[in-house]
Amino acid sequence: MTPGDSRRILITGLSTYWGGRLAQQLEQDPAYEVIVGVDNHDPTLELERTEFVRISNQHSLIRRIVHAAEIDTVIDTRLVVDSAWTSARLAHENNVIGTMNILAACGGASSPVRKFVFKSSAHFYGAERDDPAFFTEEMDRPHPPSTPIERDIVEAEGSVRDFAQRHREKSVTILRFANGLGPDLRTSHSQLFSLPVVPTILGFDPRYQFIHEDDIVGCLEHAVRTDMPGTYNGAADGVLALSEVIGLLGKPMAPVLPPWGTSAVAGPLNRLGLRIPVEMLNQLRYGRGVDNRRLKAAGYRYRYTTRETVIRFREHLRLAPLMRSAREPYRYEREVEEFLRWSPSVRRGGEATGPWRPSPRQAADLHKALTPVGRSPGADRSGEPPAHGASGFDYDDLEASELVALLPSLERADLQTLYRHEHAGRRRREVLSEIDRLLAPSGR
Amino acid sequence: MAQRTTTSQRSTEAPFVRPGSPEDAALPARRANERDDLMPGIEPERTLTDWGRSERMEGLLDRTVADFLYKHWFRVEVEGIENVPSQGGALLVANHAGALPPDAPMIVKAIKEEHPHPRPVHLTMEHFFKGYPGFAMLLPKIGGVPAHPANVHRLLHDEQALVQVMPEGRKGTEKLYKDRYRLRRFGRGGFVEAAMRARAPIVPIAMIGPEEAAPIFAHVKALQRLTRLIYFPITPTFPHFGFAGMLGYLPAKFKIRFLPPVATDRWGERPWEDKGLVQTVSEEIRALIQAHVFEMVARRENVWFG
Repeated sequence: MTPGDSRRILITGLSTYWGGRLAQQLEQDPAYEVIVGVDNHDPTLELERTEFVRISNQHSLIRRIVHAAEIDTVIDTRLVVDSAWTSARLAHENNVIGTMNILAACGGASSPVRKFVFKSSAHFYGAERDDPAFFTEEMDRPHPPSTPIERDIVEAEGSVRDFAQRHREKSVTILRFANGLGPDLRTSHSQLFSLPVVPTILGFDPRYQFIHEDDIVGCLEHAVRTDMPGTYNGAADGVLALSEVIGLLGKPMAPVLPPWGTSAVAGPLNRLGLRIPVEMLNQLRYGRGVDNRRLKAAGYRYRYTTRETVIRFREHLRLAPLMRSAREPYRYEREVEEFLRWSPSVRRGGEATGPWRPSPRQAADLHKALTPVGRSPGADRSGEPPAHGASGFDYDDLEASELVALLPSLERADLQTLYRHEHAGRRRREVLSEIDRLLAPSGR
Repeated sequence: MAQRTTTSQRSTEAPFVRPGSPEDAALPARRANERDDLMPGIEPERTLTDWGRSERMEGLLDRTVADFLYKHWFRVEVEGIENVPSQGGALLVANHAGALPPDAPMIVKAIKEEHPHPRPVHLTMEHFFKGYPGFAMLLPKIGGVPAHPANVHRLLHDEQALVQVMPEGRKGTEKLYKDRYRLRRFGRGGFVEAAMRARAPIVPIAMIGPEEAAPIFAHVKALQRLTRLIYFPITPTFPHFGFAGMLGYLPAKFKIRFLPPVATDRWGERPWEDKGLVQTVSEEIRALIQAHVFEMVARRENVWFG
């Protein structure tokens, strides 16, 4: 499989924050023909052309969708990594059984899936006294996991690795993310840092590494865009001490949790509304750092360092009280979404200001129109009839400006065929020079 | 300026040498590592390093306590400082003694004071300290790093830093006064393995004085269990003067001798896989340090005046 071959995407866990963000990101690139999202509750972020199917983690249903839509890339963003938000039983159901089902749906000889991206967590390594200061991907945790959420993550990753070994022809990527932090993200840590005084464990100053929410989305997108089988740590540069983090947030630090019997105190605090899950207690005591160099070697460039991430978060905390009532939360309404996507009455791409740009949906249609021209009929893998006008568009009817806007999303081979076609046909100068320009720089 | 030594030196004085470049020939052969230039950048606004080391606190202690102990209390005498390389990773291996051992900070101070090209030294410590309140907070600030092989490798190989290790570990510090200057077993040779993997030289260090400065007369098992410390010693000032009594050192004269570096890259491609070789090298270094310690003690006229 060559990079950039991902065209038809399935996002599992579309209604999680990560699924929604990733879908929004991928929607902007017309190269992704189809984006389908599944989850068992409604999406929480507004999406433009992603198609949502509401199903639970049943593998037979997912399998039918995968086959029917000829999905080539599956991104699994479902994993629950913060035990404060759900019960241990539901988390186990989702993390272990859910992953198993999705893998079952992607496997099999006839499966069209060629790439599987799994969003995991650095909780895989845990946080223990005997840890190295920087975990690399091939290291194992020094002791077996002791908290339920860590056990689930280790087990889920185990089944993904098994899957990768059984399907060597598929590209399987595991991304282990450090603690995410950002304005829109709700985690136990962001709750803790939002308190006026941040409680810590007396006598400990653990090392902390974060990753900005935009970088998590960026890493996931990078894994879709390029081929990088294997396991990668996703964490920003720089490991801060907790005292440094709290100092950057401009808050006082209160070492009120006792070093011994910490969980005995965390229990009653839990009832008072301050949720400190077990895996977080370990981090507050021992901290954790991971080595992020493998992902950098794979070509990803982080936008923020850990320090910058914390500073962004501080800016958010200061603005949050002002913004509280400003934004209406998004609510998914199936009828509205379907009307917007499929009704012929909706004008798409509407009022043109500046150079004409196709809306993602139009772009997809235009692609279909271009396909018979650009590809030899035999290589047409979506099985469309090679005849013109299949979707109401015909290549020669397209305006030059429309074509120019569309050209960058085509592959080299297609561009070359298109050039010959245009040269033999209408010979429009703008189109020919634009194709020339696109073909020129790489020159390979 | 003194506060920013760690970071500025990491970038300027220990450049990552590309294989085939002219300076490569002068240094011990080092495996090309494509990850070198992917090391996290340095943010000058920070006061801590990624290891949690605080140059501010280190500088403060260095100017006050360490300076006083080094110059006036222990009156440290140093030999062979030129054996500490001024660039590239190197593993400093020393004998270990004293209830709250003063030897490690004095070696660090000796390099800072006497070396023409001083560099910060990372001190490996038992994992125990990372799990004990107070120590867990303080020790990383002054350069303590848990003695995990991966940590030592990253420092020696990826950051080209100086790392100090006391292979005797707690067996060295908990030994009683009557056993002074008899070196304990050097662990399982893990330090040799780490140096071989990083292709960094080992600098053996023989040191006398700490045994008399912080002698241990006995251990109290029950109190050890109660406080969950690694040991609970009876020293001239502890426990009757409280925890501060741990710092109540007697003014013994310190002598530190840095011995010529032992290259670890002359045994072929993967020498650490040969456990026999690792053990032999480890034992040789122990014997070397032991011989120098005996010689230094034999020549010493007086415990307090040298």
